[in-house]
Amino acid sequence: MMLDAMSPEKPDAPVGPQLYAAVQTIGLRRKGNLRLVADAEQTDWSALVFRVRDHQDKVAFAALFRHFAPRVKAFLMKSGATEALAEECAQDVMATLWQKARLFDAERASVATWVFTIARNRRIDALRKSRRPEPEDLPWGPEPEPDQAEVFEAQQETERLGAALSRLPLKQRVLIERAYFGDLSHSEIAAETGLPLGTIKSRIRLALERLRHQMDVKATER
Amino acid sequence: MKIKHHLSDELLMAYAAAELPEAFNLVIAAHLSLCDECRARSMAFDALGGAVIEDSTCEMAAGSLEACLSRIDGLEQTEVPVAQPAGAVLPAPVQDYVGGGLEAVKWRSLGMGVRQAILRTGDKGASARLLYIPAGAAMPDHGHRGLELTLVLQGAFRDEADRFGRGDIEIADDTVEHTPVAEAGEACICLVATQGALKFNALLPRLAQPFFRI
Repeated sequence: MMLDAMSPEKPDAPVGPQLYAAVQTIGLRRKGNLRLVADAEQTDWSALVFRVRDHQDKVAFAALFRHFAPRVKAFLMKSGATEALAEECAQDVMATLWQKARLFDAERASVATWVFTIARNRRIDALRKSRRPEPEDLPWGPEPEPDQAEVFEAQQETERLGAALSRLPLKQRVLIERAYFGDLSHSEIAAETGLPLGTIKSRIRLALERLRHQMDVKATER
Repeated sequence: MKIKHHLSDELLMAYAAAELPEAFNLVIAAHLSLCDECRARSMAFDALGGAVIEDSTCEMAAGSLEACLSRIDGLEQTEVPVAQPAGAVLPAPVQDYVGGGLEAVKWRSLGMGVRQAILRTGDKGASARLLYIPAGAAMPDHGHRGLELTLVLQGAFRDEADRFGRGDIEIADDTVEHTPVAEAGEACICLVATQGALKFNALLPRLAQPFFRI
């Protein structure tokens, strides 16, 4: 991958190069619930974002809203927001999606990932009342016409990541999810579950290792 | 530019999950602006956040969609920002806090040619400052009381074990004792975030110590 070539040194990477590749290129559609593999219908979320971007298409926006707004609201409530605040912020996040549709980069991030970053930043603003410094914009930016092969490959990688996460043992998955709901230090997690801190650390490590392994296996199976 | 000292997984995951005080976020955002390797890792952690967010759902309030549709009605869509020319000493997120480039920094002398400029951050979890150390001079006040992140923006410094050049990040806590000295040649400018509180005490010191070791 390009990044590997640019940076031969691998610092303590938690996830394999395939995962980075997945995230670097990034993809698009996600199914609502990755565990419902029987549900054959896949929605091309990124195509809907493009319709919002190019045509201010409110039907496309409504479809995005129905899928993502309840997920953002659930995320915010699990992060400690009241239902009223979470409802208001979820609407803010979706309005931001409309407003920033041109900034969405389908070759490098799935819509779910993009929505997550908007929701996270909104959460910092709402719950912490502080700013979120973001890295400098990259010169590569979003392409007006994303490469279809790149977008397709990114989608595959993104779905593999979601599937790998859903295959983790429940305890490990819960730990990762809690870390992302934020405002929970590891010691607080330990206090709540009665687990010793060291065990938690090892569990997170194991979860990430397994995730990496599953990504590697999936990548070589192709 | 060859970056040798990177962010740890713990810090990147905590950054993705927004568990860090603003001053640490600033140093991390500045490092990610200079380091594509860590940016890719950071995006991987964002993707994990995307997978997590897909996993749970709930009911929206009645009329939620309609309320949102009327909010976006007539809302202007943001233009793609023009990428800034790379190579400025201060990466864009630092410029936002300084209110301009290096020439806009309001330095205060600490004596012996060393200068600092405190950057105002919104929460009290940690403080951020720029440090200017003349070539060949020692860095001031190097007892670490909590987690401290130091990002080199210009020049380089060395301690007993390592050299830190532009883009390199040093992760230190109160177990680290060393005497960094700016290299001869060019003055060394660093962005430093130091833990200053309360709320994050349980989490932050541990972030300095790699426990993934993958």
